[in-house]
Amino acid sequence: MQTASMRTAYGEALVEAGRENKNIVVLEADLSKATKTSLFAKAFPERFFNIGIAEQNMMSMAAGFATCGKVPFATALAVFASMRALEQVRTSVCIGNLNVKIGAPYGGLATAENGPTHQCISDINMMRGLPNMTVLAPSDAVSCKACVHWAVKHKGPVYIRILRDGEPVLYEKKEDVNIENGNRLHEGNDMAIICNGFTSHMALQAAEELTKEGMHVTVHDIFCIKPIAADVILDIAQKCKRIITVEEHNIYGGLGSAVAEVISQSRPVPLKIMGVNDYFSDSGSHKDLLERAGLTVENIIRQVKDFVE
Amino acid sequence: MNKKEELERWAQLLRYDVVRMISNANSGHPGGSLSAADIAACLYFNEMNIRPDEPDWPDRDRFILSKGHAAPVLYAALARKGYFSIETLKTLRTAGSMLQGHPDIHTPGVDMTTGCLGQGLSAGCGMALSARLDKKSYRVYVMMGCGEMNEGQVWESVMSAAHFKLDNILVILDYNQLQFDGSVREVLNPGSMKKRWEGFNWNVIEINGHDINEILSSFKKAKETKDIPTVIIADTIKGRGVKFIEKDYMWHSLMDNKKFTEYAEQMREELKNADSFYADRLW
Repeated sequence: MQTASMRTAYGEALVEAGRENKNIVVLEADLSKATKTSLFAKAFPERFFNIGIAEQNMMSMAAGFATCGKVPFATALAVFASMRALEQVRTSVCIGNLNVKIGAPYGGLATAENGPTHQCISDINMMRGLPNMTVLAPSDAVSCKACVHWAVKHKGPVYIRILRDGEPVLYEKKEDVNIENGNRLHEGNDMAIICNGFTSHMALQAAEELTKEGMHVTVHDIFCIKPIAADVILDIAQKCKRIITVEEHNIYGGLGSAVAEVISQSRPVPLKIMGVNDYFSDSGSHKDLLERAGLTVENIIRQVKDFVE
Repeated sequence: MNKKEELERWAQLLRYDVVRMISNANSGHPGGSLSAADIAACLYFNEMNIRPDEPDWPDRDRFILSKGHAAPVLYAALARKGYFSIETLKTLRTAGSMLQGHPDIHTPGVDMTTGCLGQGLSAGCGMALSARLDKKSYRVYVMMGCGEMNEGQVWESVMSAAHFKLDNILVILDYNQLQFDGSVREVLNPGSMKKRWEGFNWNVIEINGHDINEILSSFKKAKETKDIPTVIIADTIKGRGVKFIEKDYMWHSLMDNKKFTEYAEQMREELKNADSFYADRLW
């Protein structure tokens, strides 16, 4: 499978968007070489502001920019964007429904070797709890770009959870990506897998393997976790009767919870939530950490088979 | 009536509004609202370039009440300028009112949601940088509180304003020396406030925050200072103007509304008899 870097895609998308829209400004907390906002800094130095290692200040500054008609992309590692500055995001940004975009690379377990301090399995939960906030989680470099462009057009705060490098490419061009409803990666009536982020390519691979064994599984890639496309989820529930969600996030408060909230209130079907089982991981390669969390193609196949029986 | 006399009257009227509003709402923060009244009067009735009939005018000067618990004095100034009616002041802190307990950006004339301390100057930095990008000459006024100086984010934003050379920002520190649990020295001794700001490369002006002439001349000096931001450290008295709560940290929040309401009535009578300026402005 061809791979591409999501954080590089983020930086490139900022440059593309910045060329079209002169009101876009980028705020960075001293990690521009890692988050790839360095690309924007090079293209538009006058619209790039390195705030230093001060994420709280950065979020409230972004709010100030937004009140003056700017479209700020405040960028920090997911763990700091969503938690160090959470109260600023709530108070300065969300209460006023201000047009602030938050780019959050290194979501999930993607900071791997840096250990539990820098990994981030709680961000979707934090951001989902804030009124007015839209929560996006692209699954590859192309959908990452699509999310950035979508966020520019959307009025109001948007959190974009980005991963790191080497994510398998699932989409050919950004026009193929349906941010609001998500994209159908595989069709089948026996079971449904609803997934996002780095797990989406695993779910697709699992579905392809299962097809060979005569099991037909729907795989739906969700980008917008809040507001989630309830109609799409309910259609899937009706068609497939059983749903497994897969995410690189705590099993509490993320995609699985969002799906549960929809189906439990309208069309209850059995649901299994796969993710990090409420523990802090430790240092290690991304691959090893995903394995420990059970986020592998093999385990998805196993869970699907168990769930049928 | 000269400018000073007029501004003193506006300040006194704002104090009256503050006392009335808090008494009416049966909750709120009188101490820090009253200490800021003279500065608020000078900002809204002399200094700032604003259009009450066009609250979102892009070229307006911005005001951020970072010490958001002093919302009553801001609301009083906005109502007196005509952003909304005096009647509206009666609805403070009630369900359905446009006047939240702390400033909310949805209220006409309120430029930033505040009250969770430490965030106002950060937002001000974003506005000041926007002005620079757009080649606009509006200024950003941020009023901060002394208890607020405990917040770490304050010093992040202080560094930012100096780093970006934001001479279009003016911070006014309402330095009444008291916070919720006691004096600033007892709670978290800040040492020399002047040296602190100077250490971050700010232009520091110290004034008596209840002297109209000193306030106005400090605004003028701030405007003339280029390349570095200015902070006015205003020596003020918490609860200023309501004798029985002055310098009493227990009155950070409303303590005894019976007493306070009686005082509101007394104040009304005093002002009514004091000067024709107040006559048709009391409620």
